[in-house]
Amino acid sequence: MANVETMTINMGPQHPSTHGVLQLVLELDGETVVKATPHVGFLHRGIEKLSEHRTYHQILPLTDRLDYLAPMHNNLGYVLAVEKLLGLTDAIPERAQVVRVLLAELTRIKSHLVWLACHALDIGAMTVFIYCFREREHVMDMYEKISGARMTSNYFRVGGLSADLPVGIEQEMRDFVNDMPKHIETYEGLLTGNIIWQKRIKDVGVISAEDAIDLGVTGPCLRSSGVDWDLRRDQPYSGYENYDFKVIVDDGCDTWARYHARLNEMRESCKIVHQALDKLKPGPILADAPKVCLPPKQDVVNSIEGLIHQFKIITEGFKPEEGEIYVGVENPKGEVGFYINSDGSACPKRMKIRSASFVNLQALPKMCEGSLIADVVAVIGTLDIVLGEIDR
Amino acid sequence: MTEMLSLSNNMPLFLGMMLLKLVVVFVVVILIVAYATWCERKIIGHMQTRLGPMRTGWHGLLQPIADGVKLFFKEDIIPAKANVIPFLLAPMMILVPAFITIAVVPFGPDVTIAGLAVPQQITDLNIGILYVLAFAGLGVYGIVLAGWSSNSKYSLLGGVRATAQMISYELAAGLTIIAVFMLSETLSLREIVAIQSGPLWGSIPFLPNWYVFTQPLAFCLFIITGLAEINRTPFDMPEAESELVSGFCTEYSSMKYALFFMAEYANMVVIAAIAATLFLGGWYGPLPSSLGFANILMKIFAIMFFCIWLRATLPRVRYDQLMRMGWKVLIPLALINVAVTAIVVVLT
Repeated sequence: MANVETMTINMGPQHPSTHGVLQLVLELDGETVVKATPHVGFLHRGIEKLSEHRTYHQILPLTDRLDYLAPMHNNLGYVLAVEKLLGLTDAIPERAQVVRVLLAELTRIKSHLVWLACHALDIGAMTVFIYCFREREHVMDMYEKISGARMTSNYFRVGGLSADLPVGIEQEMRDFVNDMPKHIETYEGLLTGNIIWQKRIKDVGVISAEDAIDLGVTGPCLRSSGVDWDLRRDQPYSGYENYDFKVIVDDGCDTWARYHARLNEMRESCKIVHQALDKLKPGPILADAPKVCLPPKQDVVNSIEGLIHQFKIITEGFKPEEGEIYVGVENPKGEVGFYINSDGSACPKRMKIRSASFVNLQALPKMCEGSLIADVVAVIGTLDIVLGEIDR
Repeated sequence: MTEMLSLSNNMPLFLGMMLLKLVVVFVVVILIVAYATWCERKIIGHMQTRLGPMRTGWHGLLQPIADGVKLFFKEDIIPAKANVIPFLLAPMMILVPAFITIAVVPFGPDVTIAGLAVPQQITDLNIGILYVLAFAGLGVYGIVLAGWSSNSKYSLLGGVRATAQMISYELAAGLTIIAVFMLSETLSLREIVAIQSGPLWGSIPFLPNWYVFTQPLAFCLFIITGLAEINRTPFDMPEAESELVSGFCTEYSSMKYALFFMAEYANMVVIAAIAATLFLGGWYGPLPSSLGFANILMKIFAIMFFCIWLRATLPRVRYDQLMRMGWKVLIPLALINVAVTAIVVVLT
């Protein structure tokens, strides 16, 4: 069989299981994938370029639109980068730090719920999809109470938070993370023991530790290839070093390992949320940096300094010193990093976003070439890509 | 024993009854098909903590009609590169065999009209089950033609999958039914039901003599192969929407799509009816035989509920795993079942 005729097929950008507008050009020999080429860019909005003409505060809402399944994490990565650029990192009040961790972990649960829902739906188990979205809805409701928006939260601020937590939300969070392990059991009850599910994901999308590192894969995908690397523990930020949690590492390298890793990460996130809720004490939510943080409303109307600061920040923003900075955070999907190059003006000279999905997508051809077309769908699901983050 | 009504002994009555039976069965099947879609959405909805359709009529009862009207008024698109004649024929080729198959299913005991016995069955073929297998096999041509004539790659893949799936599962389905023939010694569905009436092995009073008790393995295999033949979850390969968009019917719209949709449910009714007749005593039991129609409908609905339940529960099998299971598990099991049945039949 020297001369095998292959068929080229466009999977996407309009396809039910490419999670948005990803286009995969597949070369098929029967049902076997000979070559897979991802084409990206259908959702490009030029967020990096737009940032060059906005003040640092104005960039924040754009970051919500990156990984729209985990907006708080993008907010966090960005504000951490700007705070580091300003030298404000140590000035963030305790309450703001704890709330950031709290919401980051709730966001992780929320993002992983969408991953499980879509992954299961792609493989045909549609009930899990609805169950996951039912739980996600609780997090969305909390999001709405906290930030006013269900998806584009825009809640963190350079120097702290935009507002304090609403009354009674702690109990709601506590109830949610108390119930969550039971819900995870429900999902496992439908999937883990199911022989069809096992056969569909075991030994599918295998990627070795070396390949994963070479391709820059991060997050649960890297850890499920046996690499013990988690920025929350290895380069702690926002006080993650004060929390007791396990980094889930699995050396299965396949979709089955990634499935378990993410489920266990959700359980660990529940633990972190519990600890954060215990640590939550009343206190200020913004750093004492009047040139950077917007003053509270009563200061604006009652004092001349407040009025001036507010006017200056709104009209021209703050000006960090010249320099460049890179900060990476552990997004649910992997490392999300913000590189900011400042020329001393109120807008960044250049901002580059290292998005986890974009880099992880590189591993897709390696993971699905030689397997069947049905496995491509499983691999897209297990990589947990979000097109908003890939195309920026 | 009253004489059977036939063309020779009372032609007007025979033709009248035939017409009546055709109309009744057709209307009932169409109604079941329409409301199977509603039931499926309702049942899966409630299993998934949703309500399903609620807006069209009381609890969405008018939903099938709304769907029909909507599809009827949709633009009928024929792709520019499609091979038009097979493209138009395909939806009919898949729907017609499904309806034709119902003709041999008995819905109740014979009734006596004008001193002649009239079977509650459109026609009692003495090779009834071969007829069923033949038309079940014919249905796949609709899928293959649809996949090929659409001239779309996704449709083609769906068509190819359907062919491979049918070939392997038809064989297993045929083999499972053979075990039933060996016990019944007839191919007529009417007589198979008659044999299944009465207590189990003529001696156990509380169990009916259904083949599901004497041939449990064959029943399980038949349900599995049946699901594969009608492309239901977990074997919905040819239209696996997350892989092949809509598989063979990707390029179809309007009423042609509606025909595929109806055929899917009509096939489900057929498989349920055949399974009920062969293994669950058909119209016999648990209600008295005068309510034979209710009996068999009850069994059909039970099997259809099972299919719907599976769809809410199971993920989709992968194509190669499906083939492997067909050839390496189901066919050997069916052969073993035939062999064991043969030995038992010879010994007793």
